[in-house]
Amino acid sequence: MGTPIHHIRALVAKHQIAWFSSNYALYGEISRRMMAVMGQFSPRRETYSIDECFLDLSGMHRAPADIAQELRRRVRSWVGIPTCVGIGESKTLAKLANAIAKKTPSMEGVCDLTALSATARQALLEGRAVADVWGIGRKLGARLESLGVQTADDLRQFDLERARSQFGIVVVRTIEELRGISCADLEERIPAKKQICSSRSFGKYTNDIEEICQAVTEYTARAAEKLRRQNGICAQLQVGLLTNPFKDVPQHHPVGHIRLSVPTADTLRLVSIAVRVTREIWRPGYIYKKAEVMFTDINPATYEQLRLFDEEERRVPAPPSEKRARLMATLDAVNTKWERGTLRVASAGDAQPWQMRRERMTPAYTSSWNELPVART
Amino acid sequence: MSEFIAVRLVPGPVRGRFVEAKVPAGFPSPADDYFQKSLDLRELLIEHEEATFFIRASGDSMIDFQIHDQDVLVVDRSLKVLDGDIVVAAVNGEFTVKQYSNKGGQIKLRPGNAKYPEIELKDGSELIVWGVVTWNLHDCLKIRSRRRQQLLRKLRAPV
Repeated sequence: MGTPIHHIRALVAKHQIAWFSSNYALYGEISRRMMAVMGQFSPRRETYSIDECFLDLSGMHRAPADIAQELRRRVRSWVGIPTCVGIGESKTLAKLANAIAKKTPSMEGVCDLTALSATARQALLEGRAVADVWGIGRKLGARLESLGVQTADDLRQFDLERARSQFGIVVVRTIEELRGISCADLEERIPAKKQICSSRSFGKYTNDIEEICQAVTEYTARAAEKLRRQNGICAQLQVGLLTNPFKDVPQHHPVGHIRLSVPTADTLRLVSIAVRVTREIWRPGYIYKKAEVMFTDINPATYEQLRLFDEEERRVPAPPSEKRARLMATLDAVNTKWERGTLRVASAGDAQPWQMRRERMTPAYTSSWNELPVART
Repeated sequence: MSEFIAVRLVPGPVRGRFVEAKVPAGFPSPADDYFQKSLDLRELLIEHEEATFFIRASGDSMIDFQIHDQDVLVVDRSLKVLDGDIVVAAVNGEFTVKQYSNKGGQIKLRPGNAKYPEIELKDGSELIVWGVVTWNLHDCLKIRSRRRQQLLRKLRAPV
């Protein structure tokens, strides 16, 4: 996916390439606007990722390609983002059509498979590698290729029974989708995440256990914030550390996890557990570049069990949980109203030398009055 | 102050509306009958939410249009640009605020200050109208802040 900037210094200098650190708040805002504009074209829309969505165009009176062109123009004009649109009878075909539109400038950003003849369609599918089909990927793709299935069209013609016995239901569904039978419905509501992960490279690689614990505290707090936003509680917590795999240094990639006897979304509890795990898996003599905190086994908060035998709570008598829930609500409210990190766990430290370097960050054009874009009059 | 609730039993459904107000034993606030939501500036300033951005103006080339240095412009990208609109435009890769003039296809960008020249589109130069300026937010207090400080100091000083 990404290439570290110091690997391509020469290219940057030669072509005067501008590069920026990521500003996720800005991307999120632009994404929200883009999705809202696309929502003007159909009452049924699924946000698939930060920059992709599915629209249901069935029942519309205009030709899908006309709607798509107007959609592209409007997103471009209102939000400023260039887009490509793929149209098909199923989500898999729409994804495929989108990739074709992106690679074929003559299509002017729109590829409507439903408007093509069977032969034209087959030709396009023959041009796509099987691994590029949505839901197949590199691993399954390699297995399919060894059976002579090279392209998306080969997969479309693959025997369903054989697919069922050799690959299972996921591949069967994909084949049916390639044949134009929709097997995956629109997911209009964002499903609650089953796992939440917060991981980041340190700005400064470190062996200092205190610094690492500070970083783990911060990542845990962020993940806990996300967990509460979806009103969930988690029953398992995992912490991982990583040394730099690209460097010739002693490697250590430890992972530790703990099952919580009582699921929770309480930042303070989760932080104290995460830090304990970190201290257990850390070893002297390794320079770590990254930490990862992951919550799994997530359920809606209504499933919270009664506290009966909770080791954690017995060792450190906790305040009544209702009071703690109010504390968390206040924490989130403060950090929403002012900026994130206004109120935080003190063990996350103050200097934070491990903070990700983002010195070339795109300004917060849409979320800070002090960073508005400037125009000369 | 105690609260009383009078309940009268009547046959059939009771029609009415719940009102968020306590009934103290005193004179009721006559304003309760007139409660409305308070004004939201966004309603006034923003017509197309997804297409609206805020831009900081810098410089003095638009003072005839009452756009001053450091004013905040509300810019709507969804509007079709017409002759006479104030626009944010990208000219050769730079953002600028000017009046858009289109007389029979002859496109110009006009400043609002005689000290500055008009920008005429020559061959090869590229003009992109980024958005139409719909409102200008001017901080009236800040501009006079130094003068205010002086006046306040004078007020506080012993006579």
